[in-house]
Amino acid sequence: MAEEEDLSEMTNDVERHLKLDPPKPSSSPPCPSHVLENVLENVLKFLTTRRDRNAVSLVSRSWHHVEAQTRFEVFIGNCYSLSPARLTRRFTRVRSLFLKGKPRFADFNLMPPDWGAQFAPWVAATARAYPWLEKVSLKRMFVSDDDLALLAVSFPGFKELVLLCCEGFGTSGVAVVANKCRQLKVLDLIESEVTDDEVDWISCFPEGETHLESLSFDCVESPINFKALEGLVVRSPCLKKLRTNRFVSLEELHTLMVRAPQLTSLGTGAFSSTHDGAQGEQEPDYASAFRACRSLVCLSGFRELTAEYLPAISPVCANLTSLNFSYANISPDVFKPIIRNCHNIRVFWALDSICDEGLQAVAETCKELRELRIFPFDPSEDSEGPVSGLGLQAISEGCKKLESILYFCQRMTNVAVTAMSENCPQLTVFRLCIMGRHRPDHVTGKPMDDGFGAIVKNCKKLTRLAVSGLLTDQAFSLIGEYGKLIRTLSVAFAGDSDMGLRYILEGCPKLEKLEIRDSPFGDVGLRSGMHRYNDMRFVWMSSCRLSRGACRDIAHTLPSVVVEAFGSDDDDDDDDEDDNADYVETLYMYRSLDGPRKDAPKFVTIL
Amino acid sequence: MIGQLMNLNATELCLGLPGGTKAVESPAKSSVRNKRGFSETMDLMLNLQCNKEETVDLNNATASKEKTFLKDPAKPPAKAQVVGWPPVRNYRKNMMTQQKTSGEEEASSEKAGNGGGAALVKVSMDGAPYLRKVDLTMYKSYQDLSDALAKMFSSFTMGNYGAQGMIDFMNESKLMSLLNSSEYVPSYEDKDGDWMLVGDVPWEMFVQSCKRLRIMKGSEAIGLAPRAMEKYCKNRS
Repeated sequence: MAEEEDLSEMTNDVERHLKLDPPKPSSSPPCPSHVLENVLENVLKFLTTRRDRNAVSLVSRSWHHVEAQTRFEVFIGNCYSLSPARLTRRFTRVRSLFLKGKPRFADFNLMPPDWGAQFAPWVAATARAYPWLEKVSLKRMFVSDDDLALLAVSFPGFKELVLLCCEGFGTSGVAVVANKCRQLKVLDLIESEVTDDEVDWISCFPEGETHLESLSFDCVESPINFKALEGLVVRSPCLKKLRTNRFVSLEELHTLMVRAPQLTSLGTGAFSSTHDGAQGEQEPDYASAFRACRSLVCLSGFRELTAEYLPAISPVCANLTSLNFSYANISPDVFKPIIRNCHNIRVFWALDSICDEGLQAVAETCKELRELRIFPFDPSEDSEGPVSGLGLQAISEGCKKLESILYFCQRMTNVAVTAMSENCPQLTVFRLCIMGRHRPDHVTGKPMDDGFGAIVKNCKKLTRLAVSGLLTDQAFSLIGEYGKLIRTLSVAFAGDSDMGLRYILEGCPKLEKLEIRDSPFGDVGLRSGMHRYNDMRFVWMSSCRLSRGACRDIAHTLPSVVVEAFGSDDDDDDDDEDDNADYVETLYMYRSLDGPRKDAPKFVTIL
Repeated sequence: MIGQLMNLNATELCLGLPGGTKAVESPAKSSVRNKRGFSETMDLMLNLQCNKEETVDLNNATASKEKTFLKDPAKPPAKAQVVGWPPVRNYRKNMMTQQKTSGEEEASSEKAGNGGGAALVKVSMDGAPYLRKVDLTMYKSYQDLSDALAKMFSSFTMGNYGAQGMIDFMNESKLMSLLNSSEYVPSYEDKDGDWMLVGDVPWEMFVQSCKRLRIMKGSEAIGLAPRAMEKYCKNRS
């Protein structure tokens, strides 16, 4: 067979290249596939990226098999794209699993609760198949306390648990993990909803030295036993990353810093003092504690900030590569003296309370900036809007190495966006959120088409784009034509007609994830993408103009795409909804190897 | 939303948090049941009508469904708040709301002396040997508070309060039966030093005016009822 010929050719090449001895002759010649497996295993160990591995696995059956044996880290971008059984059948030696559940728009209340993305079937399957599992990272999954308990008892060598934007569990589940995972190095709870079960989970870590390197619990909204935390930090010599929650006071933080000067990443709790200003009491020397942390490169937290304490971080500013002020309402006057020292910052998150003035200061100092995120202090459409195109333009002129930006504002101009496109050629992520819906360029009154058009034309490396403001179909024509590398596109309240969607689906060759809300795109637009949906991870369209018929057509034409339709209200509600029974409030469709899921709740219709 | 009309004639109450409120449509099921730590910010129009016995149905209550899109391709009115817009995660929004109620506005708030602007109040329960303290700014609704108090004092449940834990003051007989029972009823001392029944005013007003909580037997709370009713009516005229 041609395939075998190729394989033996490859085997010869590889053997020669690796200077491997040919197999010794024996009564029965060794099966070529076993030889190949050994050889390939040694080669494939060097391949770590998903793309390389996916490519390798397509070469032939044997390669597929060997690749599967040697893939230790598995990434699943949509937990419903395959069943747990398929995972365990194909990959036999998985040590690390990254699972993503709900689509991003679920973060904004656009998805009813109890939609799915349960971790339970996954933990059950992996508990049986991979007892050596070391690492689990979950994003937007529903994780129960029972799931955490099962995880804790099933994997004796378990080392790393990262829960991003998850929910469904509480401090009792965390306690079990803390107690039973004796090899635990990483416990990161990030932006997750953690119910307060009033369990002192910090005390549940076992006695004696721990292996902890990273502990993040800033999202846990319940008080913790500080004495226990201090004790834990003291007996965790490897601890590099510590993110506390707001129930840890500044004085307590000081104690922790003194105990752990080796920290590289620190998330402060409440950055304010509980001192009543009593005269006799001495305050701890916070600046000196920061100074002692010579390795500190990443700072975050700053909840409940009292501005007068902020200068305490000055000793570490010059070393910082990452600074997150996005929970602190800092005014420009307080901010500017601090940022002036932060020459090495690469990642900077903040609230718009720093104003255009603060952004100007960032632009003047932070020449190494790669990622910027500016969040709104007042996330409503009618708020003041202290940042604008001025800040954006200043950043573009000062921070030429910028790669990723997320920017919330109330008003913007095409000029500023165009300036960024010209000044920052390294941009891979451009997410602009003009909070007022359909808002045009506030100087010219024109749509924001030109600005976003410039971004897609000039930023040749752009892989992720989020648009906002007043946009016509013309903007989408430009995006479709010039957005050659775009993999993720977010659209809200934009476009004029089906043409807008058509432009995207007939262009943007690398598009994998498309999320659209409240835009006038209908069945014609949806159908125009029929040739693409098999190659995309998912499409989300809510409050558009889709009908059940069109969605059903997609489902029938593309059997490997699961098409879910649901609204945000119960369907069996009002009788006068009959007219709109054909209307699809939310469409969420994704490719899947194993067909429609069995755990869909009542309000989800799988077409 | 502060100072929303409480019009006795219309018998409608509006609840909401200061700043950053949204008209959130209550998704499919009763969202109060979730194991979520944070409930969604709600802007409710509660109808407490004299003659109706049934409790408020959250699912029917919410307004501003953006279905206008299908019928009317014109853009929605600029001021109407929309679900999930701007796209800021609930987690972050909750952090900001906390900051606003306990942060820079400290100066004008009476709670400034409490350190950090938190609304710390002492909670005592008749018969319980110890006091607890709660920070009212940690909760978003009477339901949240009730759940927390129930955990602290396990024999206490805020029973017949209806949805959102508000007392149906308009239903006198219901009120009286509550107060005649041996169930516990939470009362609070307000800014004026008066003891009131918890649940008579919208949540945010309660947080502003509550100085102290006392959980007492229903039968003991009867004495509060007439005064509470009086004050309730006064607030509305």
